[in-house]
Amino acid sequence: MPGPDSPATPAGSASHRQPRPTIRVRPIEAGDLAQVIAIDAEASGIDKVDYWYELFHRYGTRGRQQRFFLVAEAEDSVLGFIIGEVRDWEFGSPPCGWVFGIAVRRAARVGGVGSELLAAILENFRRAGVEKVRTLTTRDNNLVLSFFRSQGMMAAPFIPLEMDLPAVKGDIS
Amino acid sequence: MRLQTSTMLALYSIIEAASHPGKQVSAAEIAERYGVSAHHLAKVLRELGRAGLVDSSRGAGGGYRFSGNARRLTLMDVIERFEDIGARSPDPGTAQTDLGLAIARVLSEIDEIAKATFRSITIETLLKLVERARRSETSE
Repeated sequence: MPGPDSPATPAGSASHRQPRPTIRVRPIEAGDLAQVIAIDAEASGIDKVDYWYELFHRYGTRGRQQRFFLVAEAEDSVLGFIIGEVRDWEFGSPPCGWVFGIAVRRAARVGGVGSELLAAILENFRRAGVEKVRTLTTRDNNLVLSFFRSQGMMAAPFIPLEMDLPAVKGDIS
Repeated sequence: MRLQTSTMLALYSIIEAASHPGKQVSAAEIAERYGVSAHHLAKVLRELGRAGLVDSSRGAGGGYRFSGNARRLTLMDVIERFEDIGARSPDPGTAQTDLGLAIARVLSEIDEIAKATFRSITIETLLKLVERARRSETSE
């Protein structure tokens, strides 16, 4: 997951906040996609054009009761985006909101854009009738982990697991 | 997991001071509150001072003041000044056996999760947690 709000500055040094722009959060439109793709590429280093068009098709144009793809804009420029959905009974959990993508343009970080995006999607989740929100990120992604922690998120009662697919069917040794 | 006494004391000291930004916190009061000797606390504060995280003053009204950046300073930044939480390993005799290596891998997994957790929580985030706990206590 790309990064939202926090820049990497030395732990003991003072931070310098940029002036806070007037931010508007709204559902994504087709004309925003190029900027969304650029923001993601800036954060992840990978240009995933097909992926984002597919996500726009699935989350930006239909199912808006349960799926949310929002952008934050200021002065006609997209500063960041957030994407998530309500998932029902996944892993036995009652319906809850899932955030699976958030990123803020590097130059716009530490201006509250990530917080505004998260607040907006939380409001959408609330209106969809759920009371909990979850996310998942890699444990070395301190930027995103710190952001979600600063917003009040704590460890969930799940442990993510993975394995390499066995080379031979049935062989898990 | 358990952290060493000095590490816990460092975290308490930082949190106490960061919750009163710009103000001097009494070292004697902190020592009494957490049941440690003033001597032990002084050693911890010296280390925090060397790291540029507190400014200390001596004398009868001696105390210290938080001088770090609460939005950037993480629990891990404080902890690693006092101990290496990734230093656990099986007994030397079993370390290179299959069992020893398997156990070492599990312990390493636990350590990595613990370190990621400590790295992701800033002093400001911890202060928010304290505030939230206080609010929920008063609303009950």
